[in-house]
Amino acid sequence: MKRQPISTGSEWTFELIQEYDREIGRIAERYGLDTYPNQIEVITAEQMMDAYASVGMPIGYHHWSYGKHFLSTEKGYKRGQMGLAYEIVINSDPCIAYLMEENTVTMQALVIAHACYGHNSFFKGNYLFRTWTDASSIIDYLVFAKQYISQCEERYGIDAVEDLLDSCHSLMNYGVDRYKRPYPISAEEERRRQKDREEHMQRQINDLWRTIPRPNDKNEGPEQRKRFPVEPQENILYFLEKHAPLLEPWQREIVRIVRKIAQYFYPQRQTQVMNEGWATFWHYTLLNELYDEGLVTDGFMLEFLQSHSSVILQPGFDSPWYSGINPYTLGFSMFQDIRRICENPTEEDKHWFPDIAGSDWLSTIKFAMRDFKDESFILQFLSPKVIRDLKLFSILDDDRQENLLVPAIHDEEGYRTIRELLAAQYNLGNREPNIQVWNVNLRGDRSLTLRHQQHDRKPLGDSTNDVLRHLHRLWGFDVHLESRQDDNLITVHHMPAREESRRTDLIVTV
Amino acid sequence: MSYVIDRRLNGKNKSTVNRQRFLRRYRGHIKKAVEEAVGRRSITDMEHGEQISIPGRDIDEPVLHHGRGGRQTIIHPGNKEFTAGESIPRPNGGGSGQGSGQASNSGEGMDEFVFQITQEEFLDFMFEDLELPNLVKRHLTGTDTFKTVRAGISSEGNPSRINIVRTLRSAHARRIALSGSSRIQLREMKDELERLKRDEPDNLDEIEAVEHEIEKLSARIHRVPFLDTFDLKYNLLVKHPNPSSKAVMFCLMDVSGSMTQATKDIAKRFFILLYLFLKRSYDKIEVVFIRHHTSAKEVDEEEFFYSRETGGTIVSSALKMMQEIMAQRYPVNEWNIYAAQASDGDNWNDDSPVCRDILINQIMPFVQYFSYVEITPREHQALWYEYENVHEAFPECFAQQQLVSAADIYPVFRDLFQRRLAS
Repeated sequence: MKRQPISTGSEWTFELIQEYDREIGRIAERYGLDTYPNQIEVITAEQMMDAYASVGMPIGYHHWSYGKHFLSTEKGYKRGQMGLAYEIVINSDPCIAYLMEENTVTMQALVIAHACYGHNSFFKGNYLFRTWTDASSIIDYLVFAKQYISQCEERYGIDAVEDLLDSCHSLMNYGVDRYKRPYPISAEEERRRQKDREEHMQRQINDLWRTIPRPNDKNEGPEQRKRFPVEPQENILYFLEKHAPLLEPWQREIVRIVRKIAQYFYPQRQTQVMNEGWATFWHYTLLNELYDEGLVTDGFMLEFLQSHSSVILQPGFDSPWYSGINPYTLGFSMFQDIRRICENPTEEDKHWFPDIAGSDWLSTIKFAMRDFKDESFILQFLSPKVIRDLKLFSILDDDRQENLLVPAIHDEEGYRTIRELLAAQYNLGNREPNIQVWNVNLRGDRSLTLRHQQHDRKPLGDSTNDVLRHLHRLWGFDVHLESRQDDNLITVHHMPAREESRRTDLIVTV
Repeated sequence: MSYVIDRRLNGKNKSTVNRQRFLRRYRGHIKKAVEEAVGRRSITDMEHGEQISIPGRDIDEPVLHHGRGGRQTIIHPGNKEFTAGESIPRPNGGGSGQGSGQASNSGEGMDEFVFQITQEEFLDFMFEDLELPNLVKRHLTGTDTFKTVRAGISSEGNPSRINIVRTLRSAHARRIALSGSSRIQLREMKDELERLKRDEPDNLDEIEAVEHEIEKLSARIHRVPFLDTFDLKYNLLVKHPNPSSKAVMFCLMDVSGSMTQATKDIAKRFFILLYLFLKRSYDKIEVVFIRHHTSAKEVDEEEFFYSRETGGTIVSSALKMMQEIMAQRYPVNEWNIYAAQASDGDNWNDDSPVCRDILINQIMPFVQYFSYVEITPREHQALWYEYENVHEAFPECFAQQQLVSAADIYPVFRDLFQRRLAS
């Protein structure tokens, strides 16, 4: 049944956008995509640059680093080095998606399919987003954060707040709970409890730092005393918020704000491949469906396919444009491949994926979308065919060996290794150094000791001392960072730096 | 369920504050770049923004990440010739995209952070902390001209300034307030009258009494005046002293044979800085160019800077001419007068005391500021020492400085116009 195309030109109008949204929404519903309501906002290129600069937060507090992002975006855009991404979508309820004024109607339809139905259903469906973020309250919370921080700027000066935010940002990746489910954030609640919390927290801290020994302390020698914290803490910002001895209540509140925002973005960092792959899969599927129904023209499809293929372009490792694996390509290929395995399984697929070969593709990819993150998704679903198509191979770079080694390539022996290695590459736990709060010298110089558990002898990067300087600012007393490989102490960073001669028992690198 | 919203008319400069924060944080870097640019740029180029670059190291936002070393395995796409177990030599430099995932997140690996500031910002940085001497003084004392500006509504004023809408609005409010209770009574009485006429048409006494009452109330309502003096509202205009609207800048330059084009270029930059600076303080600026060798001439800008002359030097000729032009065209009560003189210090020796006298008696009392720059690497000559006397007589508004090369201009300029502490 051929129907009249929705549009034939390239200009868009609000009526056309609504029409496309209705049709795409209708098909998405047929596939059972569960989404938040959509709020589609048409904006100009300048506004898109603003949105860009605030790292995807629709409302952000003021900070120079966002100005820096803005300046570099602006420069890139004005010189024509960089097209603006044609979409930004915000994990909120309703789900806000931005369409840029300059785009053609084809691009608008593509963005609607990609963001309003692809990303949106991912935000609503994926277990990480369901567990860790609360889409309905994020906007309110950001408004609260912005107000609170600008009040602090008025009261304590821009510089004081800026310094504090710099320090918090440098530890932002260590401000998330990886395993414990956080309480949902609510601006209302935050505002109400903030006052109580200030008082309560300060009281607890004062208790911790009480210097007069309690009566039952007296038979405890310093050696037998337990470490504090008793268990190592992975959430450094949380630890600082609760226990840093010198922070004012408002400073603790700001640490908390940065921590909460880091937590909100944490699922996005863990599901890059899946999220983009899912959205790309759906814009591809939905728009092809529109074409099959005769609702869009051949010209529309050509323009769409052209930009689709540039989105999923994967330059080879030796190309000058190579900058790592393109998450769009990997995710899209994998979702397409899962569908293929379900619909047309080969012998190889039946051997590798006995559970899903020949099953219903729609419920299988929805299962994959719902219950995985990048790491486990790759471990579970990366098929030999995708490995072959992308010609994946691994490089082992060992600083004790003279040459690089190629342990595995895209062949029968290598599939499993490649899959495991690639999955590990997307494990945030491997990508970031494993650093935890180890001990506080409560009765002595109040110094804070962190422990870095090295993995495969990977050392810390060269900005470590800068980060420790920030940590020192927050903690207020000496900070030590020990790097360990297994049980051997490798290096210790001190902040403030120590004289080498005073410590002969440790190798000091500062 | 979708909503489409047109946000294009919403403010687009959401990032302005963040941008300002950024400029604020890196002021030091930007100022240094601006200072260099002023030394390097050609004159006609002065009205542009500037590209600023800041070393990537200074602008990094540090995070904890893995460094190079240890044992790292990375998956790459696009294998062509490698086979499993193959050992390949390390590529030089660059590495094979190691840690690229992290790098793109934090923006590290950038060598220089380069961005553009606007002309406005460029000049702001250039003129920062500078203030024309005595500008403030003139603000406080010589309030010669005024500008009238609207300043809201007042209840006193000139009849030609009556605000009719506001007046009638307050009259209306007053009438409602004053006649309110009478109107309620009137309404009641009218109802009563109607009822009496309907139910008891024979009760004439009562009817008459009510009618009388109605008449009394109507009269009372009527007595409330339509317009009272109390209601009158006027547009309020206030005079703002406007001392800094007009300025004239005299550029005096020696074009005798001893002045080379390079010297003139240095002088030109100095004049342009002064011009740009005045432009920021005054609405309207006129520039008078006077060049001289043995005799002075008023010329246009082109001729001033680029035509060549030869001959000796008599500085007083230019000063005389300036004094005449001031007297004819720029009355002191309307114009703020600034003057800048550039020379290589050569003068006919007997002329220098004459210059001093003209300055002290006929020029300095009327000008806001007179600056003299001597562009020479050589020893000072008589003119300089005579001018030192002028400086003693008018320490507040006379300045002299020596320039050697173009790079000196900016520091000297700043020195000349350094913000003076309230003294």
